[in-house]
Amino acid sequence: MQKSFRAALATCCAVAAATLAHAQTDPTTEDFEKFRAVMEDANPAELWEVKGEQLWKTRRGPKNASLEQCDLGLGPGVVKGAYVQLPRYFADVGTVMDAERRIVHCMVTLQGFSFEEIAKRPFSSGNYTPDPVSIVTFVAAQSRDMKIAVPQSHPKERATWELGKAIFHYRAGPWDFSCATCHGEDGKRIRTQNLPNFTKHDQAPRSFIGWPGYRMTGGVMHSLQWRMNDCFRQQRFPEPGYASDTITALLTYMGVNSNGFVYKGPGIKR
Amino acid sequence: MKTMLLATGVAAAVFAGCAAMNDDAAYRREAAEVVKRDFHARGIATMDRLNQDELQRVCTEYDDNPPADLAKKLEAQQFAAIKLPADGKFMGDWKAGAKLAESGRGMTWSDKKGAAGGSCYNCHQLAPQQTAFGTVGPSLTGFGKKRGFSTENQQYAYMRIYNSKAFAVCSAMPRFGHSGTLDEQQIKDLTAYLMDPNSPVNK
Repeated sequence: MQKSFRAALATCCAVAAATLAHAQTDPTTEDFEKFRAVMEDANPAELWEVKGEQLWKTRRGPKNASLEQCDLGLGPGVVKGAYVQLPRYFADVGTVMDAERRIVHCMVTLQGFSFEEIAKRPFSSGNYTPDPVSIVTFVAAQSRDMKIAVPQSHPKERATWELGKAIFHYRAGPWDFSCATCHGEDGKRIRTQNLPNFTKHDQAPRSFIGWPGYRMTGGVMHSLQWRMNDCFRQQRFPEPGYASDTITALLTYMGVNSNGFVYKGPGIKR
Repeated sequence: MKTMLLATGVAAAVFAGCAAMNDDAAYRREAAEVVKRDFHARGIATMDRLNQDELQRVCTEYDDNPPADLAKKLEAQQFAAIKLPADGKFMGDWKAGAKLAESGRGMTWSDKKGAAGGSCYNCHQLAPQQTAFGTVGPSLTGFGKKRGFSTENQQYAYMRIYNSKAFAVCSAMPRFGHSGTLDEQQIKDLTAYLMDPNSPVNK
């Protein structure tokens, strides 16, 4: 009973995602969306949710502490609903932080891990998954089926949105690309890959929904930190710093543009 | 009184508009500073890539839609800087061009220096049998057949690949010759892929 309900839910979600993505569909996208609907019933991302929960609750690091006192914006230890309200301003650091950056901040301040060590190898490859990726998957799952509500009440949150918008439109590099070159128009494709227009409220949720995501290419779990990094690689830019202001600003810009849509939890990616 | 109110209203609106423009300019400056602080060189992707040239700065400032006179001036500059082949020939080998058109490699931090393709299919439809094509740029299927196989059209294709911004200043298309991504022979091969009557693009 529960299984069939979940399958129906997954199908609904996939159909909604497909509708959201673009008015016109092509056969490749349709096939993938059907496949995604089947896969979402048993998304391997759940493995990282479980691992992330263990990492959250276990006493670790030089300070032998858990992350259960980590404040993700809704108070120390409150995980439910936190992910859909990030990035946000944090008074203790006087700046806006996205989910993974805040988790890393907690690993550094509460557990005593070194930021530099974490930043040395921050992305999944092969059998390796960095701890922040598992933890952000767990945190994201605790906002499943909640509305995206990235706050804009603090002046620094509004300034970060503006900065993100400016970075999104910054054309540079040998190929003159900005984010907007590929993601600023409706209905475009690179090869067969559809390009959501992240400047539009109806398509921006494609930057938020489905992340963190289990990527079938390579069979690894990836977060938005990785997604932004790989976008800049393809933009022919130098490499952005992990958990840097640039990434937070872009995630704020796209997150706020996604407000009001329902987040469905960690997803599946090609 | 009514007129004065209206005038005040218009002035306020203009002022608000100017304030927003000033804000936009300030955020653009901040964006340039923040990326230069946050990024680091990796492989062939060096930090100087973040410095905007005049064209990139103008296209960013005007959201890819600069005033006509400014667009014309920049297009003329780009046009004048195009290096045409010394031997006066624009056509290479269309088969080599086909391989370059398929390759999406080049210029990323995970690529080696010089190992670049043209990424043509990422954005354009070309040979009708290749169905995995992008749509950021227009379809180029039948490019030569539609336009005619003249030397003038060969030269146009060569120049357009070398520097598309000479024709449309804020085009999404990279300046393949200008940026040093492709060399003269590679651009000739791609020109032949578009303009050779035997190329699948024209079948």
